[in-house]
Amino acid sequence: MRRWRALWFWVFVGPFALGLALFTYVPLLWSVALSFFDAHNTVTPTHFTGLDNYTAMLRDHAFLDSLRTFLVFTAFIVPVTYGCSLSLALMVNRVRRARAFFRSVFFLPAACSYVVAALVWKMSVFSGVRFGLANTVLGWFGAGPVAWLASPDPPWYWLVIVTVRLWLQAGFYMILFLAGLQRIDPALYEAAAVDGARPGWTVLRHITLPQLRATSAAVVLLLVVNAFQAFDEFYNLLSDARGYPPYARPPLVYLYYTALGQGQNLGLGSAGAVILALVVAVVTVGQARWLRLGRTDGDG
Amino acid sequence: MTISRRTLLAAGAGAGLLTACGGNTGRGDGVSGPSLSQWYHQYGEQGTEQAVRRYAGAYRKARVDVQWRPGNYDQQTAAALLTAAGPDVFEVNGPTLDQIRGGQVADLTALLEGVKDDFAPAALAPKTYDGRIWAVPQVIDTQLLYYRKSLLKDAGVEPPTTLDALVDAARALTDRNVKGLFLGNDGGAGVLGGTPLYAAGLSLVTEDGKPGFDDPAAARTLGKLHRLYADDSLLLGAPSDWSDPSALLQGLTAMQWSGLWALPQVRKELGDDFGVLPFPADGAAGRPAVPVGAYGSAVSARSGHREAAKEYVKWLWVERTDYQRDFALSYGFHIPARISLAKKAGRLRSGAAADAVRFATDHGYAQPLLWTPAGQTAYQDALSRIIRNGADPARELRPVVGKVSAELDRVRKKP
Repeated sequence: MRRWRALWFWVFVGPFALGLALFTYVPLLWSVALSFFDAHNTVTPTHFTGLDNYTAMLRDHAFLDSLRTFLVFTAFIVPVTYGCSLSLALMVNRVRRARAFFRSVFFLPAACSYVVAALVWKMSVFSGVRFGLANTVLGWFGAGPVAWLASPDPPWYWLVIVTVRLWLQAGFYMILFLAGLQRIDPALYEAAAVDGARPGWTVLRHITLPQLRATSAAVVLLLVVNAFQAFDEFYNLLSDARGYPPYARPPLVYLYYTALGQGQNLGLGSAGAVILALVVAVVTVGQARWLRLGRTDGDG
Repeated sequence: MTISRRTLLAAGAGAGLLTACGGNTGRGDGVSGPSLSQWYHQYGEQGTEQAVRRYAGAYRKARVDVQWRPGNYDQQTAAALLTAAGPDVFEVNGPTLDQIRGGQVADLTALLEGVKDDFAPAALAPKTYDGRIWAVPQVIDTQLLYYRKSLLKDAGVEPPTTLDALVDAARALTDRNVKGLFLGNDGGAGVLGGTPLYAAGLSLVTEDGKPGFDDPAAARTLGKLHRLYADDSLLLGAPSDWSDPSALLQGLTAMQWSGLWALPQVRKELGDDFGVLPFPADGAAGRPAVPVGAYGSAVSARSGHREAAKEYVKWLWVERTDYQRDFALSYGFHIPARISLAKKAGRLRSGAAADAVRFATDHGYAQPLLWTPAGQTAYQDALSRIIRNGADPARELRPVVGKVSAELDRVRKKP
């Protein structure tokens, strides 16, 4: 009986495990191995170069600039998305009528693709010409058109990138927070009211936020990983046939051009991918420890 | 009417058979020989795809399956060349030096024996390495400065022949609704590339393989591009980029840098109210500059039918001059890569088209093969910071010279 069970386990799990190994773990390990070799225009390791690819990548201004840009982007987008989605969840949770309607309205953008949203933002809302939506509104107040995506000083392109990301993401995280809010025992709020706590900031700070700790940790973790993986909206908002502006080039885009673009330097690209993975891992582990992810209140 | 399961199955099988038989694969009747796969990037002009399928269908010594590939074509081919499942014959805006050195493309020198001199040198040079030819040029494309004659006349501006005059003209032509100049939504860093350097009498890479812009003239000329940005004379954030003439046609700009391919559309919309110019000269050693590029036909070194693929390339892009003329002039608007064909082309003998051909012949420069993607990224990033951030050109160019020197040292080493 136990043998049959094992057989069925491998019948169902085996193909997926094999796929995962073949298409994820083998390429991953291959990429790590490739990062120690000179591999121009080939995926077969040729000449062993030790840490040369790593030192070259860490001296590459374009790569370092992209990492710096994304650390700033992450430091900004994570708290802003967290705050917006939590606020939306608190608002929707309090609504007594048409709750499903409001949830749907805020969640619907999550179903839209990043590519489509980025193109709508780029071509109609934040188009740099006088008839773009944002520039039309500015025109009513007598202001001239603003080149939203082409102006590094002031960096208006961040407004475009951040708003499209917020519009797409906030609804999804709102749903996670709503689930968390609904798991909080109402007796806690009743007890707080009996003890004289006024609804509002005090209750939010001392009951709601502590009760949402597990949800918050998961949300922040997802936000950090998503921020470092940002590609679609950057690519569709800022790239052109000739390349990418240096002021907002995501690390993934740079690695894409290095390894898979005309560069075809797969050894160097792999070294960059390993460095990026380490940065994401360090940031993620750091924030998980900070949020005490996985610990119960009894743990030291 | 009800449909039985048997009828449905029969219909499905029939549709499957039809699907298997259908699809224009470019295969003609009575064709012998191997099956070749040929890739093209997606052209914007109507009729080009049908034309290349027609050419392939007319070949008798192999079955040629034409693949028309939209999207990021250069990246697709670069990835496909790593495997044996890639194309046998493919169109390439290169090949790059690393593709040649990596043994990814076949040597096609023998195909051009006896006709090499009939190919435009500017088109052939970037496809030649170590004296061998690695792709057969198909057509020549070039970029030009388009301007609206009426707008310049109204503003009392003469067509600019120097970079200083271009900066002044762009400022004079700018008002609340119209910008003076459109160099692409990034302010020109991407599309101009090395053009301002050539306009200053310099180059990207010198004849003896050194960075060609380690010179104070480079910083001076590139600094002038920032004046365009600082004067607010540049159109930025247009719905379509420099390659599409829409910004000029919609009256968003008085002058636009665009390609020769845009000329028929501009002529159709504006009639005679436009002219073309090369990128204007700058400084005492300066000269007008016109970038030229050529898509070529290459053969994958991993092809299982390499000799058959070479034979097909020779048939299409060396022997069948009628197809070459048709491809260059019947759909889009390109200069044939063969000098003899370009001379005979009636559509290129008058008006702005004739000017464009003259500029390309007299002032054309091709991006050197030694100009690698890593050097290009460093240079374009510096140019972007110079134009848009007003960064000091001399300070920005210094590390680029170092990077390009390192790249040149790398590619000079034998693989």
